[in-house]
Amino acid sequence: MSSQLVNNQPLKAPRKPSRANTLHRSAANYLVSGLAILATLLVLAPLAAILFYLVYKGASSLNLAFFTHPPTPVGEEGGGMANAIIGSGIILALASLMGIPVGIAAGVYLAEFGQGKLLGNAIRFTADVLNGVPSIVMGIAVYSLVVKQQMHYSALAGGIALAIMMVPTITRTTEEMLATVPHAVREAALGLGVPKWRTVVSVSLRTASPGIITGCMLAFARVAGETAPLLFTAFGNQFWSFRLNEPIAALPLQIFVYAISPYDEWHRLAWAGALVLIALIMVSVTLVRIFANRGVLKGGS
Amino acid sequence: MGVGIQVEDLNAWYGSTHTLQDINLHIPANHATALIGPSGCGKSTFVRCLNRMHETNPIARATGIVKMGEIDIYRDASPVEIRRRVGMVFQRPNPFPTMSIYDNVVSGLKLNGFRNRRILDETVERSLKQAALWEEVKDDLKKKSGASLSGGQQQRMCIARALAVDPEVLLMDEPASALDPVSTSKIEDLIFQLKSQYTIVIVTHNMQQAARVAENTGFFLNGKLVEFDSTHKIFTNPHDKRTEDYITGRFG
Repeated sequence: MSSQLVNNQPLKAPRKPSRANTLHRSAANYLVSGLAILATLLVLAPLAAILFYLVYKGASSLNLAFFTHPPTPVGEEGGGMANAIIGSGIILALASLMGIPVGIAAGVYLAEFGQGKLLGNAIRFTADVLNGVPSIVMGIAVYSLVVKQQMHYSALAGGIALAIMMVPTITRTTEEMLATVPHAVREAALGLGVPKWRTVVSVSLRTASPGIITGCMLAFARVAGETAPLLFTAFGNQFWSFRLNEPIAALPLQIFVYAISPYDEWHRLAWAGALVLIALIMVSVTLVRIFANRGVLKGGS
Repeated sequence: MGVGIQVEDLNAWYGSTHTLQDINLHIPANHATALIGPSGCGKSTFVRCLNRMHETNPIARATGIVKMGEIDIYRDASPVEIRRRVGMVFQRPNPFPTMSIYDNVVSGLKLNGFRNRRILDETVERSLKQAALWEEVKDDLKKKSGASLSGGQQQRMCIARALAVDPEVLLMDEPASALDPVSTSKIEDLIFQLKSQYTIVIVTHNMQQAARVAENTGFFLNGKLVEFDSTHKIFTNPHDKRTEDYITGRFG
């Protein structure tokens, strides 16, 4: 186990790198850095292109009426998507209220209690499969499970469909983020006589919270633009509706209806709707981030 | 004040590995007791059995009697109660990264639902002074995260955190092994001062450290307690050949 000998030969002093070798190394360094920057630009390009095109196509149709009035019949001036914006907000609030607690609780179970247990493995497998279920299938499932029982479309059914879509993403992110919390931190709390449940809530979850919030935001942003699961559940509505057990408008549905219509005026409104949808998702994600970063201490890791 | 610990026929397992075999030992109150031995000999498992941290590992179990004063810790009390009375300092500093220095120190109180501001303030000052950290951090108590301190400061903060719940016994599992010599000597001074009020059990790989801080020393080898005696006796005239071989550096 002597470090002095390799194959019983004394170690030679390391050779001084030649000038060609140095050049070769720095060239390779520049090449790989360049490729990494190029890849970053390639990732950003589609996002920038989408945003630019949406602004180009949709911005001209945006006015005050768009945000304050429900749609008008074809040919009539001054219609908007106010009811769809509010409707999307209601459906997403419902979905978040149901999906986030269930998703986080399941993730906590997987990471802190269900390690190696049959139930834990079953939940993990279910979450992964659920993540791959096409959204239209989710819509049909909730249609038969909720809408058919209620005998009518409703905001609640839309919220349930989106909530089910949020759960697997949140569960798996929560589990993965909790797994990154060092075991030593948990032991510190247990060693102070803090009960297990309190350790999970105040130490593990709190330490992992930035990642878990990111996971919730990802799930939220993903379902915010979903159309298919809402087609058979929330259904859409041309008028104001604030009731949870009535059909309700949603931005993606409204965009869908307008985009496949034969009218130019509606096409323009569909572009404007898409722009507003993207903008609202970006604003809500940013707000949550700012809110979550408040009160973070200096020097924390 | 500290209490003595009486250990009788303690056995511990990780899965099928028999890590501790028939340990019998009396740890006197208000003294420092050092545990030495090569890596993997069971010292850490032993201290983890004294505050029932051993059983937090799902594949671990332990049998035998550990008496803290009059209480049999495996029969008369819950693990949570025992851990409040037996504080622990770990090998690597493990501050709560999301908490300020202040919250780190009183976390044992706050996470158990204690909210009296005046008493919390007093506890923070008392514990940080006991851990010789007060002067260095008193201006940033609530501004800085506990994780922003240097390694040595973090470890002293972890000692303050253990002292804040007012334990009777303090277990230290190689508390200075990740620290530089200056921080190490601060921690040793600290142990010297603390042992008048607490019963201290310290695991160490550093035999000079054991000789400096502890009145009694136990030598562990392959899961067995080979020898337990006064530190002076262990280091000058050990009873067992294996102890002598270890402290003279012939193996381990």
